[in-house]
Amino acid sequence: MKVRSIFGAALGIALMAAAGTQVQAAGLVKYTVVEHPSIPESLTKGDPVRGRAAVINRQKGNCLACHSIPEIPEEQFHGEVGPVLDDVGSRMSAGEIRMRIVDPKVINPETAMPSFYKLEGLHRVAKKWQGKTILSAQEVEDVVAYMLTLKGSYSN
Amino acid sequence: MKRTLMGVAAAGLMAFGLSATAAEMKAIDKASTTSAVRSGFSYAISETREMQTDDIQNPSFLWVDIGEEQWGTVDGEAGKSCESCHGNAADTMANVGSTYPVWDPATKKPMNVELRINKCRAENMKAKPWKYESDELLGMTAYIKSVGRGKPIHVSLKDGDMEAWSKKGEQFYYQRRGLLDLSCAHCHEQNPGNLIRAETLSQGQTNGFPTYRLKWQKLGSLHRRFRGCNNNIRAEPYAYGSDEYLALETYLAQRGANLPVEGPSVRK
Ligand code: HEC
Repeated sequence: MKVRSIFGAALGIALMAAAGTQVQAAGLVKYTVVEHPSIPESLTKGDPVRGRAAVINRQKGNCLACHSIPEIPEEQFHGEVGPVLDDVGSRMSAGEIRMRIVDPKVINPETAMPSFYKLEGLHRVAKKWQGKTILSAQEVEDVVAYMLTLKGSYSN
Repeated sequence: MKRTLMGVAAAGLMAFGLSATAAEMKAIDKASTTSAVRSGFSYAISETREMQTDDIQNPSFLWVDIGEEQWGTVDGEAGKSCESCHGNAADTMANVGSTYPVWDPATKKPMNVELRINKCRAENMKAKPWKYESDELLGMTAYIKSVGRGKPIHVSLKDGDMEAWSKKGEQFYYQRRGLLDLSCAHCHEQNPGNLIRAETLSQGQTNGFPTYRLKWQKLGSLHRRFRGCNNNIRAEPYAYGSDEYLALETYLAQRGANLPVEGPSVRK
């Protein structure tokens, strides 16, 4: 699945395939969205320990800005903008979680949640962030792997 | 009204500051909680509120003092001070904070208090305009707002193209921007009162500006706050005094209509 775009010029070329919609952007790993919506195939292999760190890191996922994650009691401040993430690992499939992180606007166009692996359709991105996604493909998979470990019932 | 840096520091150490404005604090609180429109004050913790409502503890009064000092200081080739033309600010400037921005027919743009001060300096005093975010411009803005504290905000859109500029500001407000792809509305319309990591989101009202932010350890303008928000969502900010921010300022005054002028306020 590590197919890199050979169409360097245009960003966000979506190809309709029988199995779903392929999304391909210059420099990004190609992925396929199937009905539901979901991205069932992983971009690369994830590591939950690195994922946990990316979720906390303010320069990376900073998921704690908006979500409370009871499995991370050592972090003092958890946000309240999105739902508590306690049992997503038992409620959502890897594909659904991946879709949520890569481009949640496919699920809910009005959402406040950023698209962590998307370049196109953005307005006035600061110069130093242009051409960059918030998370790399590796980091997306790390976070997905971590989310899958969240199965509820935390003592803290 | 005169206080020194030492004085403020000493006052800050006093266990009980003068609470001469406790009634004022109650009034703001009441106005805040009984209407849908709420000042950032009503989201602040009590320590921050107390710092604001006690003029002795309120660190922004260091800048108010700079403004008051400048008010009577002759500057520029015309040999005038603000006072030469406007007399006692408490009388002549009382309605400025609550009614600006106003339409400026010369530039065909809305003019906020900062720009009005610099227009007077350039045209009437023949003095050099102050730089945005300089202690002088912050100080004079804070001083002028302070003499109108408590007045309900009412910015008229009747003159010139104010209506169209306010509309432009509204578009800005709802436009997603930056790598984080957020609009002002995502935080300040949909989530006031909710935590975003360690910060409590407010409605993003403008009635407290310029504001002393504990994070800045300094008084700062509304446009500085806009730039900070834009940076936070990894969006390219606009310049101080830019058309985009003037439009936004004009629109936000409409969203905050009837909130009392609090400037200079204290915020986290
Ligand atoms: C700016 C705020 C914000 C940030 C940052 C954010 N989210 Fe979200 N998230 C939301 C909101 C709001 C929702 C609610 C659903 C919606 O808006 O569509 C949500 C929903 C979710 C859901 C679905 C939960 C459910 O029960 O259905 C998951 C999973 C999720 N987020 C994971 C993450 C992860 C992982 C990160 C960090 C990489 C993250 N979020 C960062 C705002 C945010």
